[in-house]
Amino acid sequence: MNIDSIKNGIVIDHIAAGRGMKLYRLLNLDALDCTVALIKNVGSRKMEKKDIIKIDADIDVNMDILGYVDQNVTVNIIRDGEIVEKKQIALPERLTNVICCKNPRCITSTEQELPHIFRLTDAQNGVYRCLYCETQAEKTAE
Amino acid sequence: MKSLIDIQDLTPAEIDELIVTANDIIENPKKYSEVCRGKKLATLFFEPSTRTRLSFEAAMYELGGNVMSVSSGASSSAAKGESVADTAKTVSCYADIIAMRHPKEGAPLVAAMNASIPVINAGDGGHNHPTQTLTDLLTISREKGRLDNLTVGFCGDLKFGRTVHSLISALSRYTGIKIVLISPEELTVPSYITTDVLEKNGIDYEQTTDLLSALPELDILYMTRVQKERFFNEEDYLRLKDSYILTPDKLKGAKSDLCIMHPLPRVNEIAIAIDDDPRACYFKQVFNGKIIRMALMMKLLEVHV
Repeated sequence: MNIDSIKNGIVIDHIAAGRGMKLYRLLNLDALDCTVALIKNVGSRKMEKKDIIKIDADIDVNMDILGYVDQNVTVNIIRDGEIVEKKQIALPERLTNVICCKNPRCITSTEQELPHIFRLTDAQNGVYRCLYCETQAEKTAE
Repeated sequence: MKSLIDIQDLTPAEIDELIVTANDIIENPKKYSEVCRGKKLATLFFEPSTRTRLSFEAAMYELGGNVMSVSSGASSSAAKGESVADTAKTVSCYADIIAMRHPKEGAPLVAAMNASIPVINAGDGGHNHPTQTLTDLLTISREKGRLDNLTVGFCGDLKFGRTVHSLISALSRYTGIKIVLISPEELTVPSYITTDVLEKNGIDYEQTTDLLSALPELDILYMTRVQKERFFNEEDYLRLKDSYILTPDKLKGAKSDLCIMHPLPRVNEIAIAIDDDPRACYFKQVFNGKIIRMALMMKLLEVHV
């Protein structure tokens, strides 16, 4: 299967197989007008299988979402068909409106306009807790 | 401008400073009787409370200040659907400091993020109750003369008790602390307390179901109530309920300088007969609660003697 290479845009590579669609949704890529390719189960020497997202436009990608969903992805910035920058991904210290608090006793359950904020409380184990009630976020779904 | 939402917002040095002020207030109450003249405390209690609200209000009156009070959610704008953020912004125009109790976890933090005056968390659901923890720390400090090198037993419902979680978390910052967790298996502390607090801070602890055998080594016994509604079946409750009721008989094996504490209200978990025992400190805790709230409000209002 052939997917055209892009001239100016972003390639999110080395996404764990199966997580591409989750990233697609969280990054709101369905709202873009430009060409976006989500390629699933691409053969990879390192990972056996991986997902790739290609975005044919120079947009700001929310790196916090990338870091939360999959720290191992690589983000390549493409200009005139060449990779001009590879961005490193880290676990974000804080996530705003990426995940929702599921605790029915949390203030966010009754005050809908409050942003859902989670902070990284255990970097080693990737544990995030709600800023308001400290309930632990469920692990990222595969 | 600083607020107190979680006991961890205060460093051990700041807690020591509050304890020093509290002890001075007890020694020289007259010195503090006018320090908050002209200051107004708003107690916003969206959930019923007797002790905590009256404690805050008595504290502000004893500092010479005034109090405005909302004593239930039903009588406030919250009943009309006003957000916590808007309430906090509004009350900031009237008062100098807010004490807030709210049934939703995190509500006082939302208030603090939006208010232009200090906010004190006076209890948010089952989450935090930092002024109770300060009360407990002042009581331990006054009774034992220290906050380190203590063996502290927590007995009863350790699963749902926010005062227990918060005090364990506060004590875990001191050296030489040993924690003994005494509860039925159904009501042990949540795993994050053992992993994220006790083990992470290298605190020596043990878990047991047997109050009698744990008692002799304790310097502090912190009692809580085992509530019937926490059990899955009545048979288990009936089997266990008396094991966690403190009676003069059970105290025979305890240290002569044991300090018995309870966040109150008590139902039947400490026999009335123990009230006259010099080791009973739970009513001293109530007094200390008012004093430490005086010290805390002075600190947050940046009022100096």
